[in-house]
Amino acid sequence: MKVIATYNIKGGVGKTATAVNIACLAASEGYRVLLWDLDPQAAATFLFRVRPKVKGGGKALIAGKRPVDDAIKATDFDNLDLLPADFTYRHLDLHLDSERKSGTRLRNLITPLRRQYDLIVLDCPPSISLLSENVLQAADLLLVPLIPTTLSVRTLDQLTGFIAGFDGRRPQILAFFSMLDRRKRLHTETVEQLPAERKDLAAAWIPALSVIERMSVQRAPVTATAPRSQAARHYRELWAETRKRANLPPPAAVG
Amino acid sequence: MRLNRVAEAAAAEPAAAGNQAESVKRGVLGTTASRELPVVLAGAAIAEKLILHVFLVNCSDKAQEDAPLLTAPQEFVLVSGPDRADTGQGIPEFKDPRFLVLPGGRPRTVRRTWLDTFDWRLFRAGLTLELVAGRSTAELVLTGCDGEQVAAEPAADPPIRWPCRLDQLPAGPLRERLVPVLGVRALLPVARATSALAELRAVNADEKTIAILALDQMRVARPAGAGTCGAPPARLSVRPLRGYQAQAAKLAAALALTTGVDQATESPFEAAVAATGRRPGDYTGKLDVRLTGAMPASLALGTVLGRLFDTALANLPGTMADIDTEFLHDLRVCVRRTRSVLKAAAPVLPGGLLDRYRPEFKWLGDLTTPTRDFDVYILQYPAMRQALRAASESELEPFLHFLQRRRAAAFRQLVTGLRSARFKSLAAGWRADLERLTSVPPSRRYAADAYAATTIARAHRRVLRDGQAITPASPPQALHELRKRCKELRYLIEVFASLRDQAEQARAISELKTLQDCLGEFQDTDVQSAELRVFANAMMADRSAPAETLLAMGEIAGALAVRQAAARQEFARLFAGFCGPHGRAGIEALTKARS
Repeated sequence: MKVIATYNIKGGVGKTATAVNIACLAASEGYRVLLWDLDPQAAATFLFRVRPKVKGGGKALIAGKRPVDDAIKATDFDNLDLLPADFTYRHLDLHLDSERKSGTRLRNLITPLRRQYDLIVLDCPPSISLLSENVLQAADLLLVPLIPTTLSVRTLDQLTGFIAGFDGRRPQILAFFSMLDRRKRLHTETVEQLPAERKDLAAAWIPALSVIERMSVQRAPVTATAPRSQAARHYRELWAETRKRANLPPPAAVG
Repeated sequence: MRLNRVAEAAAAEPAAAGNQAESVKRGVLGTTASRELPVVLAGAAIAEKLILHVFLVNCSDKAQEDAPLLTAPQEFVLVSGPDRADTGQGIPEFKDPRFLVLPGGRPRTVRRTWLDTFDWRLFRAGLTLELVAGRSTAELVLTGCDGEQVAAEPAADPPIRWPCRLDQLPAGPLRERLVPVLGVRALLPVARATSALAELRAVNADEKTIAILALDQMRVARPAGAGTCGAPPARLSVRPLRGYQAQAAKLAAALALTTGVDQATESPFEAAVAATGRRPGDYTGKLDVRLTGAMPASLALGTVLGRLFDTALANLPGTMADIDTEFLHDLRVCVRRTRSVLKAAAPVLPGGLLDRYRPEFKWLGDLTTPTRDFDVYILQYPAMRQALRAASESELEPFLHFLQRRRAAAFRQLVTGLRSARFKSLAAGWRADLERLTSVPPSRRYAADAYAATTIARAHRRVLRDGQAITPASPPQALHELRKRCKELRYLIEVFASLRDQAEQARAISELKTLQDCLGEFQDTDVQSAELRVFANAMMADRSAPAETLLAMGEIAGALAVRQAAARQEFARLFAGFCGPHGRAGIEALTKARS
């Protein structure tokens, strides 16, 4: 079982869109996938038409008073399940802090799921906190959406620095350009310059497209509703690169 | 779709749409009020007409926790009837679309073949094996009692020909799972059907799928070939989605109350088999007759002999087609049981009948013996090969080829015999005489219970007498004869099983079986040792055996001699127990008449 987290310190960069599309593509290939929506905004949960409610809230889940198993919901897509968000997730840092071995609590919670799933995708809220530390401990690969602007690149530097100084398990980083608009000069310049400076940048990129924004209206991943669209093609390229970087074996070999 | 329209209306006309939007919200978040709610199944001809009345339920967290869960698929049948037509009154007015049924995936058609052994070993083990074939794919699917998939294996390339033995199935977990259940038996098609499948989605107020509804309209094919022999009622299966089992339970409960929808009482497999006029488990090699103690003995014997004859005839086509070795084995068991009954029937059945048929059934038994002997050799071959110490496994291979050639020759003779006028005359005459036997007013001299007690006691005395006469110096033939007496006793116990207490019968069989196993081991090793010499000479004569093969056969003969000596030693101990108070009591409990 592999764990991939879509993560960025910054918000509004396309983490949720990436998480739901990556999860949907993996499931369509036959991987057994669980998407955990850790963001109290519950955008991924909304996209899959699931109620943003976990019995007992985040506290019971983190404390182990409610089995993670009981909170999981099937989505409308084969092989893809969702652990929904809950508004109480806004206090996850507090709940984690009250646990022993608070830095590895998330990893300990998902470890028993390895028999059920080949891939767990964590859709993380924008922050750098104890929850972030838990995500870093749990993930094999951080998938970091990056808007090609100076400030975004700065947050990637901050994240890389944070992980470099991180005392524990260090996941791989795979950053990629997200919401790329070639009409914008800054975007074009950043895309031309940054790959030469950073080795952890994916070749695949996601353009700024209205069809991606309209996922919230369709309430389904664009890779499912418009599989032949330009957006779906870009997500497929990103998934192929992610799968390779995460060293995920073909579905038949997983288990 | 509908919710989106409500949301749009609410945005445009908040006041006007407020009440409607609020009701939808309650539908999503829960309410304590119960209200009737019609739902339409769309997407399939049948489903379009079906209106379900679903009751809004309390779905607060507490209620959800206490609500019953649908943890496994629930099956329904859609029955036609006068009320059913009334449901097709156009599109109903949706008061509160808590559950809506929408089209799912594309409709498709699959060809289905259910497989089992002749004696229903899979069915008896609670398993169902189905070959599901689409346009370009085929898959063997093994499921358990609860419909849960146990194993699956692609089976399209190359296509499997039925009947099929285990070693002809694709290697993999499915075959491994079948090995202990099937043993040496082949898989046969027991029913074939074509299913038109449509998948529907039951969605909640968020248009989130909470259960998959699978609609299956099956046409069962005639077992022999072209045409259909029936179309069982369409089936509707409700498969809950994880996390939505409570809502799926409500939906299933509503379905169960709907006119034209009944709970399915049989699986698709059972429905398909029933459409062919059979029922799963309708054959057993065991003697399954119900006798009564007061029944005249001649009638009881006629009933038993009739059942044995039916079973023998049921195994005849499979024997002649050489599907697997158990057809011949079961046929032989029937013949041996018949001979044992006839032997003990002198006081009850007409003398002319016995005089005519005892030699005929001996002939039939003898006809089947050579093929069975080679079958036993070939079935034991893997074990013999594995037991080799000095010789290599490949050195023994010419022996296997020799056995297979000889078996083929013996089988041809068997088939010739079974097609002969003598066999036809035996079969036709026996059936007619058995019918006469059971229709003519029987002699009242013996009631079945008293007769059973007398014959079992006599057979038991014979076993004790012959066994006690055996000493370490007795020839092997003495043990062979004792084995025959034990078989006669065993068959009589089984024939009259329905007249005796089951626990007493089981105890008696257990006492006898231990002794029989030992005698069987002794005789098999003795006969096989002798035959090995005959085979070795024959192989040398037709120059089909290299010296290495003969040496390997010698090694087998040595192993047989060791086993035979061990069985002989073991016999003395076991027979002492059989003759002891505990052993005797076990059999003697059956020798007391109940009435």
